Amino acid sequence: MPFRWNPELKPEEITPEEWFKQRRRLMRSAALVGAGAVLGVDPLAAMEKGGAGLGEVRPGVVTLNEKQTSFQDASGYCNFYELGSGKEDPARQAATLVTRPWSVWIDGEVGRPGRVTLEELLKPHPLEERVYRMRCVEAWSMVIPWVGFPLAELLKRFEPGPKARYVAFETVLDPERLPGQKRELLPWPYREGLRLDEAMHPLTILAVGMYGRVLPNQNGAPLRLVVPWKYGFKSIKSIVRISLTTEQPVTSWNAHAPSEYGFYANVNPAVSHPRWDQSKERRIGEFLRRDTLPFNGYGDQVAGLYAGMDLTRDF
Amino acid sequence: MQRLQRYGWLSGLIPLVWLVLGVWQNTLGANPVERLIRVSGDWALWWLLLTLAISPLRHLTGWSGWNRWRRPLGLLCFFYALLHVTCYGVLEHFFSWEGIWRDLLKRPYITVGFCAFLLLLPLAITSTRGWMRRLGNRWGRLHLLIYPAALLVIGHYVLMTKADYRMPLLHAGVLGGLLGWRVWYVITYRIM
Ligand code: HEM
Repeated sequence: MPFRWNPELKPEEITPEEWFKQRRRLMRSAALVGAGAVLGVDPLAAMEKGGAGLGEVRPGVVTLNEKQTSFQDASGYCNFYELGSGKEDPARQAATLVTRPWSVWIDGEVGRPGRVTLEELLKPHPLEERVYRMRCVEAWSMVIPWVGFPLAELLKRFEPGPKARYVAFETVLDPERLPGQKRELLPWPYREGLRLDEAMHPLTILAVGMYGRVLPNQNGAPLRLVVPWKYGFKSIKSIVRISLTTEQPVTSWNAHAPSEYGFYANVNPAVSHPRWDQSKERRIGEFLRRDTLPFNGYGDQVAGLYAGMDLTRDF
Repeated sequence: MQRLQRYGWLSGLIPLVWLVLGVWQNTLGANPVERLIRVSGDWALWWLLLTLAISPLRHLTGWSGWNRWRRPLGLLCFFYALLHVTCYGVLEHFFSWEGIWRDLLKRPYITVGFCAFLLLLPLAITSTRGWMRRLGNRWGRLHLLIYPAALLVIGHYVLMTKADYRMPLLHAGVLGGLLGWRVWYVITYRIM
């Protein structure tokens, strides 16, 4: 199963032909170098040695014909309140977040609950590159090449039970490693959640890298969620727990200010926030603001998930 | 000393020079527009607080020379507020009056900031000798508008803040001190 194409992706969102050919060449040469290399490499080996490589990554599984944000901006300008509330604080503070050893609890309505090390968690999943738009609720956006794998693949491994309807995520709670947790700006640990169908959607991934390298700590190392059609705060960082639940889980920003941040938090230019008019956004690196697209431009793939819902009420 | 009095206000343009160089050399970070708006807003507020610090300073030190700095500080406040609002109008909305109007209606912190700016405007206009003479006693009463303006600016800052209220509260504390001193002064010396 070389590629999991999402058949509904619009042509302009998928790889241009030359890239596609180049990718085929890359794949072939990888296969020549060593059959099974794709699955056999430990993607974390490079991290262990302090390098920035990620082992084998299938390039361009989902790409975009939009200019990518520079690595410097994507790693230097971000929100990670556990590492400081200014946009440049997380990069400065990043070293306090020790990410090894790391393990993740997977529990709740699953057939095989338990705690797995990061290495065990990642092992069966071939890594792939996915270039996504990232739209922050603060009306700025980026284009980031993530490296990861579909969350659905992981969830299937742990066998969601018949009663599972939601997936809840938690960031590590450790004020030594995440000093921002010493002040109760938000109810820590940071929590996020998705409806099970959103979590199983092929665009939803768990990322371990970006720009072909291991995730920088400030970007949510070693394991984070990426849900490209939702505001960035849904894409929880530094995950240590994934629970399948029957009830809609409590999520941090929603609990902090329910009238401002909804549970769904789908990118929606029609629903404005008291501080940020959501109809436009500043793409980092661009001078003037551009129009914000419904579902961040992924409407053709995901709008169906919300058929019949009033998204101005369930924002 | 004479010269310091005449040209000292020029040092108030250092932040502007720093911003212009930052734009020029692209050293304002990933989101230079946000940086421009925030830094100019910060300075507008700081000049405002310094303007309000003159009377307490004069009283505490017994030196009336402080008074000379009140007008340049007030004008620097207005100048940076104007820069702040211009950056917003041009870089956020690119002169789209419709967009600005929608913001004024929909985003409370913009509404409040706009009211603060409206209050500062007549103060800047009437800051000349000529206007002082023409308005006579009413000049002082008009310039009491600086108090509601300062409160609105703090409101603007609080309302634009996402979750970490330390900075707006710190500024609110400083303003509280400056206003509190006036209350104390008025009561103690039974001026009213
Ligand atoms: C029409 C009037 C005004 C508009 C449209 C306006 C707009 C803005 C905007 C867009 C921001 C940045 C929000 C962000 O980055 O998320 C801001 C922040 C700010 N503004 Fe204004 N503003 C106005 C008037 C004023 C005035 C008159 C002052 C002070 C005298 C002021 C002081 C500030 C301060 C201190 C901040 C916070 C800066 C920071 O976070 O460091 N604003 N304003």
